[in-house]
Amino acid sequence: MSLVHKPLPHDAAPLHVTGEARYVDDIPTPTGTLHLAFGLSEIAHGEIVAMDLGAVKTAPGVVAVLTGDDIGHADCSPSNNDEPLLALGTVHYVGQPVFLVIADSHLNARKAARLGKISYAEKPAILTVDEALAANERFEEGPRIWERGSPADAIASAAHVIEGRLEMGGQEHFYLEGQAALVSPQEGGDMHVVSSTQHPTEIQHKVAHALHLPMNAVRVETRRMGGGFGGKESQGNHLAVACALAARLTGKPCKMRYDRDDDMVVTGKRHDFRIDYKVGVDENGLIQGVDFIHYTRAGWSMDLTLPVADRAMLHADNAYWLPNIRIESHRLRTNMCSATAYRGFGGPQGLLGIERVMDHVAHELGLDPVELRKRNFYRASEPARSGAGTGKRFSAEHSPKQPEQSGVQTTPYGQPVEDFILHEMLARLEQTSDYAARKQAVAAWNAANPVLKKGLALTPVKFGISFTLTHLNQAGALVHVYQDGSIHLNHGGTEMGQGLFQKLAQVAASAFGVGMDAVKITATDTAKVPNTSATAASSGSDLNGMAVKAACDTIRDRIAEHLAERHQTSADKVVFAEGRVQVGGEDLSFAEAAMSAYQARVSLSSTGYYATPKLAWDRVKGEGRPFYYFAYGACCAEVVIDTLTGENRILRVDILHDAGASLNPALDRGQVEGGFVQGAGWLTTEELVWDAKGRLRTHAPSTYKIPACGDRPRQFNVELWTGANPEDTIHKSKAVGEPPFMHGIAVLMALSDAVAACGDGSDYVALDAPATPERILAAVKRQRGGYV
Amino acid sequence: MSKIHVQATVNGDSVEFLADPRETLLDCLRDHLDLTGAKEGCGTGDCGACSVMLNGRLVSSCLVLGVEAEGAEISTIEGMADGNELHPLQRKFIEHAALQCGFCTPGFLVAAKALLEKNPDPSESEIRFWLAGNLCRCTGYDKIVRAVQDAAAEMRGAA
Ligand code: FES
Ligand code: FES
Repeated sequence: MSLVHKPLPHDAAPLHVTGEARYVDDIPTPTGTLHLAFGLSEIAHGEIVAMDLGAVKTAPGVVAVLTGDDIGHADCSPSNNDEPLLALGTVHYVGQPVFLVIADSHLNARKAARLGKISYAEKPAILTVDEALAANERFEEGPRIWERGSPADAIASAAHVIEGRLEMGGQEHFYLEGQAALVSPQEGGDMHVVSSTQHPTEIQHKVAHALHLPMNAVRVETRRMGGGFGGKESQGNHLAVACALAARLTGKPCKMRYDRDDDMVVTGKRHDFRIDYKVGVDENGLIQGVDFIHYTRAGWSMDLTLPVADRAMLHADNAYWLPNIRIESHRLRTNMCSATAYRGFGGPQGLLGIERVMDHVAHELGLDPVELRKRNFYRASEPARSGAGTGKRFSAEHSPKQPEQSGVQTTPYGQPVEDFILHEMLARLEQTSDYAARKQAVAAWNAANPVLKKGLALTPVKFGISFTLTHLNQAGALVHVYQDGSIHLNHGGTEMGQGLFQKLAQVAASAFGVGMDAVKITATDTAKVPNTSATAASSGSDLNGMAVKAACDTIRDRIAEHLAERHQTSADKVVFAEGRVQVGGEDLSFAEAAMSAYQARVSLSSTGYYATPKLAWDRVKGEGRPFYYFAYGACCAEVVIDTLTGENRILRVDILHDAGASLNPALDRGQVEGGFVQGAGWLTTEELVWDAKGRLRTHAPSTYKIPACGDRPRQFNVELWTGANPEDTIHKSKAVGEPPFMHGIAVLMALSDAVAACGDGSDYVALDAPATPERILAAVKRQRGGYV
Repeated sequence: MSKIHVQATVNGDSVEFLADPRETLLDCLRDHLDLTGAKEGCGTGDCGACSVMLNGRLVSSCLVLGVEAEGAEISTIEGMADGNELHPLQRKFIEHAALQCGFCTPGFLVAAKALLEKNPDPSESEIRFWLAGNLCRCTGYDKIVRAVQDAAAEMRGAA
């Protein structure tokens, strides 16, 4: 039986449970290894007037102290060359690295880093959306605007027009393992880097750039991360670059890890968003036209803000046919840490915008929110793709678009939605979650209970899969078969807990028809597979899986041809299964087959390469096919709130999620469960608070609350949809890293439903995120006309 | 700062090390004894990744000074398996896929073992309550709770 689609445990599970699994900080270092820490800016914006680092330099164990003057612009940005490692004259946020301490121990480096005395000429800091708009502080020349049809006319002529504003907070990644890097100098000035990163090639590129070395002089390895979630896509650059500079200066291995407070203050987070919306609907609640304005605080540098904000725009439709739509997106520069990639990469923010619209419209029209959502769904895909309807895509320019009568509908950016399965998925989830009966039960409960109010909601997700920067959709692999039949597997993806390595080992083992124990999983290594993309955009197994398969198939075909020739048969008659190879009546072990090929001088090593087909995307116009396919899912959540305190609990959650023909259902369930809880955390307990001086006040787990064991739903039913990906992905699976994150939206909508039960239905709840107890209490108060 | 000689028993073995008086027990275990199973997730007692047993008590080793270990009995994740024989909790964590990145796993296992020693038949609420001090960012906790329940049942001989 093939090993793909099997629910095998994580490959490193036996190492995890014994404490043997090594993360960067666990790797034994040679004596003499030096440790680094940053001195940080204490103000949000200003010029550095003077730096007194005397006490730092004479602190115990300090070997050297570097400033921006010493190193110049050692860039750490993934995009715009606008992030010097150490501030150059101006500081742009509280927590910006200003000087670098190199010491004999982690503790000594950290203690010394607190002794710097910096004087500043403070400048006004831009902290809010309104301040940034007033000062026109933004990335790109102006807002990015995409439009289809005639939204203004469609809204103006609609039966109902509804307007509102939604604010949603950012999110700290809170990977349990903080950022870390270890750099060892090699002969001839080369550098060996071990980094907790989702993007080894980026680390290689940045270190090479900072040291003025070609990329071939820098080798980066990553075996595993203790969580990434997007926070290790670009935010590890600073540590690796700092260690490399220090290693060159001292000739010693150098290690750096942020302590949790530094990690939370220095590194970027999920982008927060304000979304203004105006929507026109007909009597049945069908959306005629919608206008969104996105405002996001990008922080001080560009980082990955442009593609993040693009992806928010690309998910403004979620699962709904929006014939006339305008989206305006403002990417604002503020004096805060630079917002960065985070699971969903803007998708969740854009998606929450339209889900809020659905909730609001359902309230205004007195419709069941699920019924309203279904009415607005994209049309079900037809089994045979006729292409009908595409000719109607651009109807008369002067008239608002009408829903097409048949055929495939397109997203606002013109991609046909050909694989839409949410009609069936929703029908199933409504049934398994018993939505209709529970809705009545919740209403009955609320009628009988004045203090504890319950809420129920069911929300869908459609998420586009592929990097929107089209050239990133490529991957490589390197596979060796040794003469004893053991297999060495390497590819460009990184392991952060998602189980990528195990999935790809399953792909490799099944290609050779051998057991899992024949495949050695090895650390991601820029010396083995070059020019890799970040393990991000949920693309890890899609891209690297195909590359691994290509490499394995090449070697297997060579072995097959060799054996076929020996047995005077054709290569397709050679069967690889159960660790055996059968050819012309002979039955060899895989090891014997490998040895035979080796002795016949057949190469048993191959690279594999994959580039996602069908993609074409113009981000300025907002047109094309940015995504290879869509992943789907739906979530039903029931909550209860205490109307006297705002406290709340998630009572029950039912999720139905589409992972295509899952490569490993156990690992995919893990992604779904963990993604949901993280998404619910984003919208409920996780609150980032910056004060008027731009200081992050929630910079430790004591004040920043990620969901804990007690926050998980009392009843948690997760089911994977059984259906293959219609596109030709690796064994017909679908990407699963990010899409389940958005199931957390059901919790926010259920909380909104519970709050609504406190009022008479006249005012919409308009619950912003995160829906902390304080926010819920305030919303209850509004519903009750000012009285709790 | 002059170092202090500390002698203790770790996972049944007698050990000694020189500790800077400011160093935490976590740092001493990791840096002086090469026992890197306990992790630093926060350094402030809020995440449980550094959980170890100190004289039979579950502690966050990031909140204990290394010098406090003088004469103490310490057990860490490295001592949980009996040779190659995994503890039932370890097996159940693998079976239930109760780990993803694995960084929180040693802390959860040490904490869960402490629970089962006190209370071999904990209710689901008791498990939640006991594990409230251990954070996991990856799994969503459901599988962790189930793994603990299942291990408890097996250890009671009920499974
Ligand atoms: S590191 Fe000790 S509790 Fe977090
Ligand atoms: S498995 Fe990653 S933090 Fe728990």
